[in-house]
Parts: sequence; C-alpha cells; structure tokens
Amino acid sequence: MSDFWLNGENVHLWRGDHHVLRGVRFEVRGGECLQLTGANGSGKTTLLRTVCGLAYPEAGEISWCGEDIRKDLHSFHAQLAYLGHEPPLKAELSARENLRYWIGVRRPLTREEIEQALGRVGAEQWAERPARTLSAGQKRRAALAGLTLMRVPLWLLDEPTTNLDAEGQKLVGALIDEHLQAGGVAVAAAHHELAVSSAQALRRLELAVE
Amino acid sequence: MNNSGAMRGALRADVATAGGRDAPALSSLAVARLVLARDLKLALRKRSQLVQPLAFFAIVTTLFPLGISPELSVLKPIAPGVLWAAALLSSLLALEMLFREDAQDGTLEQYAVSGRSLTWLLAAKTAAHWLLTGVPLALMAPLAGIALGAPGAALPGILASVAVGTVALSLIGSIGAALTLGIRRSGALLSLLTLPLDIPVLIFGARATELAIRGEAYGVPLQLLGAIAVLGLTLAPLAAAAAVRINLE
Amino acid sequence: MAWTWFHRLASPPHIYRVAGRLTPWFAWPAALLIVAGLIGGLVLAPPDYQQGDGYRILYVHVPSAWLSLMAYTTLAVAAGVGLIWRMKVAHAVAASCAPIGASFTFAALVTGSLWGKPMWGTYWQWDPRLTSELILLFLYLGYMGLRSAFDDVQRADRVSAVLAVVGVVNVPIIHYSVIWWNSLHQGPSVMMLGKPTMPPSMLIPLLIMFVGFTLFFGALLLVRLRGEVLGRERTASWIREALRP
Repeated sequence: MSDFWLNGENVHLWRGDHHVLRGVRFEVRGGECLQLTGANGSGKTTLLRTVCGLAYPEAGEISWCGEDIRKDLHSFHAQLAYLGHEPPLKAELSARENLRYWIGVRRPLTREEIEQALGRVGAEQWAERPARTLSAGQKRRAALAGLTLMRVPLWLLDEPTTNLDAEGQKLVGALIDEHLQAGGVAVAAAHHELAVSSAQALRRLELAVE
Repeated sequence: MNNSGAMRGALRADVATAGGRDAPALSSLAVARLVLARDLKLALRKRSQLVQPLAFFAIVTTLFPLGISPELSVLKPIAPGVLWAAALLSSLLALEMLFREDAQDGTLEQYAVSGRSLTWLLAAKTAAHWLLTGVPLALMAPLAGIALGAPGAALPGILASVAVGTVALSLIGSIGAALTLGIRRSGALLSLLTLPLDIPVLIFGARATELAIRGEAYGVPLQLLGAIAVLGLTLAPLAAAAAVRINLE
Repeated sequence: MAWTWFHRLASPPHIYRVAGRLTPWFAWPAALLIVAGLIGGLVLAPPDYQQGDGYRILYVHVPSAWLSLMAYTTLAVAAGVGLIWRMKVAHAVAASCAPIGASFTFAALVTGSLWGKPMWGTYWQWDPRLTSELILLFLYLGYMGLRSAFDDVQRADRVSAVLAVVGVVNVPIIHYSVIWWNSLHQGPSVMMLGKPTMPPSMLIPLLIMFVGFTLFFGALLLVRLRGEVLGRERTASWIREALRP
C-alpha cells in the first residue's frame, strides 16, 4: 500500500512579518488521508499551497515518493489534483465544457469519461447550463467531477465540503474512500469531520495560529 | 473489495502514463489547441467585450481630425502616427481580458498546477488574444487610414504592418498584464509599464505605414517589426509565466 | 570558501555593517573628484569654438546620463540575482537603486534641456539622447509604481524584479529604435561639440566627473541600502544591537 507517500519536513513560511507555518512536519502514505484542522488564519490553505508548490517555503522540504518536489515540479504537478476554495470554473462555459478544457489540458479525455464523471456527482440535469447559472453546491459538485477525472495519486483539497448538503458531504467521503482504497494519498483542510469510512486511514494535523 | 486491487492497479497505470514518469500522452500542440479553443469560445460568448477595443480605436482616431483639422492634406502626413497611437491605446484596453478573469476564477491557478509548461499555455492564450483583438484591429486600420487621407494603394501595407505589430503588442502586453494580475484598478499602471516597451513597435510600425502611404517600399521596417514579434514570441510568455507564478504565491 | 562570502553577503546585519564602513570610502573621493572636475570643467577648460561657454553644462549632463543607465543596469542585475537565488539583500539593492537612478535621469533631462536652450532656442528638442532619457525615466517610474502597488514586500520585490529584467533587455532595443527614428527625419543632431574630438583640457575634467559621479552613486546606494535594510528588518532582533550608540 505504500507506493505513494508525501512528506513534509520542518516547513517554515512567512507572509511579510507573519510566521504562518512554523516547522510543520507530516507524513502521509498511500491509502491515508491527512486532515488539516485549525482556526481561520492558522495556515491550512497556505500549507496546501506549499505542498502544491504554488507557495515557496523559507525553510523545509516537501517530498513526494522520496524526492524533493522542487526537483521536477512539472511531473509532480502531473501527479496531483489541487482544489482551492473556489471551484475553478469559467462562468460562461457549461460544466461539461469546463471539464473538457480544464482536465483535457492534463490528459486525453473521452466523452464517455466526462459523462461518467458528471453522472457520479449527479450533474446530468444541469451539465449543459453555463456555470454562472449554477448554485454554489452545483459548482462544487462540478469541481469534484473534475477531481475524479484527473486520475492522480495525490489529492490536495481545501474545504472540499463547502456549500454541499448532507448528501454532497457523503459524496466527498465516498470519493476520498475510493481514492484511498486505490492507494492514493489525500490531504484535506476541513472544518468538520470528513465522512471517510476507515478511521485508521484518517490522520490529523492541527495547525495553530501564531 | 476485489475492486480495490483493480483500482489500485488502474491508479498506478494512470500515473505511469499521465503522471509524467513516461512521456505525457497529450502533445503540446493538442494542448495549445485546447487552450486556444477555450479562449475563442469564451470570447465569442461575450461578443460585446470584443467590440469595445475596436470602438475605442475608432473614437480615438476621430479625435485627431476634430482636434487638428478636417483637411485630408493636413491629416495624411500625420496619419501613421495617429493610427499607431490609437492602435497602441486600443491594444492596452484589450489587455484586460487576457488574464484577469482567469486569475479571479481560479483557472489560471489550475494551469499553473496542470503539469504542463505554463509558458506554453500562456503563449497559447496570447495567440488567442491576438486573434481576437489584433486581427480585427488590423482589419479596421485600413478604414482609419482612408479616413485620414491614405490612398487605396496603401491599404495592404497598413494592414500588414498593423497585423504584425499587434502580435508584438499582444506579447509585450501579456508581460504587463501578468505583472499587474493581483492589483486592483491597474489600468494606469499597466499603461505606464507597457507603453515604454511598445515604443519600438510604434516607431517601426508607423514608419512602415508611412512608407506604404507614400507608395514606397516598406519591407525594412516591416521586417524589423517582425523581428520584435519573434523576439517577443520567445521571451514574453516566459516572463509572463514567471510573473504569474509570483503573483500566485 | 568563495561561497561562504557570497552567503554572508546575503545576511542583512552583515550588509548593514559593511555598507556603513564602505560609505566614507566612496563619499570622500567622490566629493573630491567632483569638485576637481567642476573646477577643471567650469573654470580651467577652454570655451568651445562653436558653443562658447554654454557647453560646460555637459560636465554634469553627460555623467548624469551615464549614471542613469548604470543605475538601471545595477538595478536589473541585483533584481535578477534576487529573483534567481532568492536573496533578500539583492532585492534591497534593487529597491535602493531606483530613486537614485530616477533622480539622475531627471537631472540629465533638466541639464540637457538647459544645454539645448542656447543651442536650439527652445527648452526641448526630440533628439535621440533626450528622448531615450525620457523613456528611461518612464521605465524607472513604472518600476517604482509597480513596487508601491504591493503591500507584501516580498511579492513587490519579485514582481518588480521580473519587470526590471524585461526592461533591461528592452533598453538597447528602445535606444536603437529611437536613434533610427531620429535619423529618418533629419531631426536635431545629437548634442555634440563643434569639433569631432575633444582636447585633453576638456576631456580630462569630463573623465574625472565620470569617476566622481560613479563613486557618488556608490555612496548614495550604500546609504540608501542601509536605510532599506533597516526598514525591511525592523522587527528583527539584531536591529537593537546595531543601532546602539
């Protein structure tokens, strides 16, 4: 089960004078989900973006499968899916089109795969409408459809259950479950408990405000 | 439960092909085509946004006869300068639509973590931008030329010079747009940053237009314009990608 | 061994001390050379056969123009170093260069304009050198404007560094295109003196002024750099030690 693993070693990051990440250390293996908890402003998003390689730490190292991510950032990116606070959708494109242009840039997609992903998140009814007409929950579901399409071993999710009803939250849990069972790694910043079925697969990292 | 083994295998296989450990299954050209198609599709759904820079170009060109003289004989010698000043300003206006919306809705960020070369993706976006703003401008420029006293024989020259010049303007502008991504109300600053860098384009473009209007050979300045465009093609997307990454930090 | 020197250079308290100690070594020679140059140029050098005494302003104008360009190059190199190696101090150097370079550019424009008045009869002409200096001023203003648009100093540093590198690549292109433009239209010729070559009595004060101005720039840069470093590190603990009387 340990084909993939993510490692963070003594990560420090400053934003101006604010010491946001203070010696953060973690390790997540294939089949495990690391849940980031902490109050607002404690650095959950910053840590996710640092793991992504979007933010650059002043000290410390992030490694993926034993290699420093900075060594080959492009191929690291090809192995990860990052979902930020806002679902990355173009307002004028439909959910279907959004998926095609968003994920299609990463890997060749077939129409069947897109339909399958849309079906998985219950988007059949509204997949044709422009994204600006969708509710926040629907947009979140569209983003989750993108997540399933990416077929990557590392998931970095920032508040994946925002704007979702109870059924939607169960969906997130189910998706993460499947991902973990397939040997993937997940790191998620979440305020409430993720509905992940196996308790052993869920690790926690609490970040504190300065 | 048997599924998990198969899924694990599938995940590993997916990583091997699409995860970058082997060659990516999607060619760079296909990626560029997707990016281009997306931006063109988006622009065509908000057609009003495309017309604005052209209307601006027309209005600015109109200001000069009104401010100087209605005599075509007076306007003809200054036509190249007026045309190009108006073209520079219109292209500045059009820069808004290059990165701003993508930066706001998070799709630019997704490009940055897509595993693809951000330089290449931004080059494709700039190409789309030129098709949507530079080409229409190049088609309008001969009309403005006529309005300012240019003879009919000059029109191909005017079109060619503006077509090539706007390539350079889009590329140079992409750098400024990337630098000012996160800044609110960046219009004036964007102009201050971009216009000095646009000056060589203005000089060579206006000269080509002037020669065309006079009926002389305009090959030399047109080639110089092309050289700037080629230089921009190799360097601008790189600088823009660096600026985007810094702004995403 | 060489790398330890490089990395110590990156340490703000070290830079603060070194800059402080170096400043007099730049400031005093600069003052002496500039005074000597001014005496040589304003008093001792003979009047030009074409422009009379009016040409003497070149002793301030030409070094200013030269420094405006040198400051921009220094800025771009420092910014590039800061960008590639993520050195805070390099960014501080770039930030310090900007207002100094802009001032030299402004001085070059004013002295150029004053020089032109007796020659052309007007305070401004679009000759290639003045035009290039004006565009350089815009580049400086753009750099400083971009810096000030960011609250986060680190982001301001890095974004403006990209601009500086792009700018320095463009400076020769812009300069060449301006010369080309000017030559086409038989514009006012570059501000040269009557004779194609200058006699030593005119040339030597000019060279002295060049060196003096360069040292002056160095001194100004060191002083500004100390202030810049202080401002950036104001919350750090070494400040209290360093500022103790």
